[in-house]
Amino acid sequence: MTTNSLSHDINQHGSKEETRAPERFLRPAVSIVEDESGLLLTADLPGANKDALDINVDKGILTIKAEVSRQLPGRPIYSEFEWAPYFRQFQMPDVIDQAKVRAELNNGVLTLHLPKAEAAKPRKIEVQVVS
Amino acid sequence: MASWGFFNELDNLRREMDEAFRGVGMVRPLATTFLSPSSGRRFPLVNLSEDEGQICLDALLPGVDPRELQLSLLRETITIAGARKSPVDVKGVVHRNELGSGRFSRTIDLPTEIDPDRTTAEYRDGVLRITMRKAEHVMPRRIDVKVA
Repeated sequence: MTTNSLSHDINQHGSKEETRAPERFLRPAVSIVEDESGLLLTADLPGANKDALDINVDKGILTIKAEVSRQLPGRPIYSEFEWAPYFRQFQMPDVIDQAKVRAELNNGVLTLHLPKAEAAKPRKIEVQVVS
Repeated sequence: MASWGFFNELDNLRREMDEAFRGVGMVRPLATTFLSPSSGRRFPLVNLSEDEGQICLDALLPGVDPRELQLSLLRETITIAGARKSPVDVKGVVHRNELGSGRFSRTIDLPTEIDPDRTTAEYRDGVLRITMRKAEHVMPRRIDVKVA
């Protein structure tokens, strides 16, 4: 299936996209599920709000980027995570209708609907029996 | 106060050791996973900070309905419990599955006792911020010296 190319994560092995940037980035966790109508991408982006979120599709590459501006008041005494901008890129399969990509952000979870172009959807062809 | 800081350090060391033995690989992963099936860490991940009068805690809880969060305080510990529903409910071919779901409960040791009546919690953009007032009897007190 052509859509398998989406499972190719550009940033997985520290690609040039990541090293080119001077800052550190967090790679958000994602789920990608494909059905007949398209792909559904879900990403955990805790701390990111709608205004700071930047999703774009350029030359078949989907970029999810989000600035995070949160700080704990006072002096840190214990930390398990750090705040940094989120960044992750994916190669989009050609069958995705890029104009119809829809995004929602709710409770720090991003949901991206990536519908397939009409031509790529499976179609049932009726067989006519000519007698 | 030097001694107080020293005990904080020890406490942090103990916590980090706890985490190091619990988790696999890096103590601080770059990706902010939550309830990830591939990680042995405890969830939610937390950051703690303090100033003179209060202790602040940030916990990463993306996709958790804040109404289903349960917080409880007992002396020097706070427990965060709740559940996350599976974020993806469509059926199909799974290309990536890094998001976890399920029930969680974590008890965090605090450096001092806190006042439960003056504790507030706020959930925004998948992050829970708990602001706790230190208990009166653990606060430093100034004693005036009277000149006899």
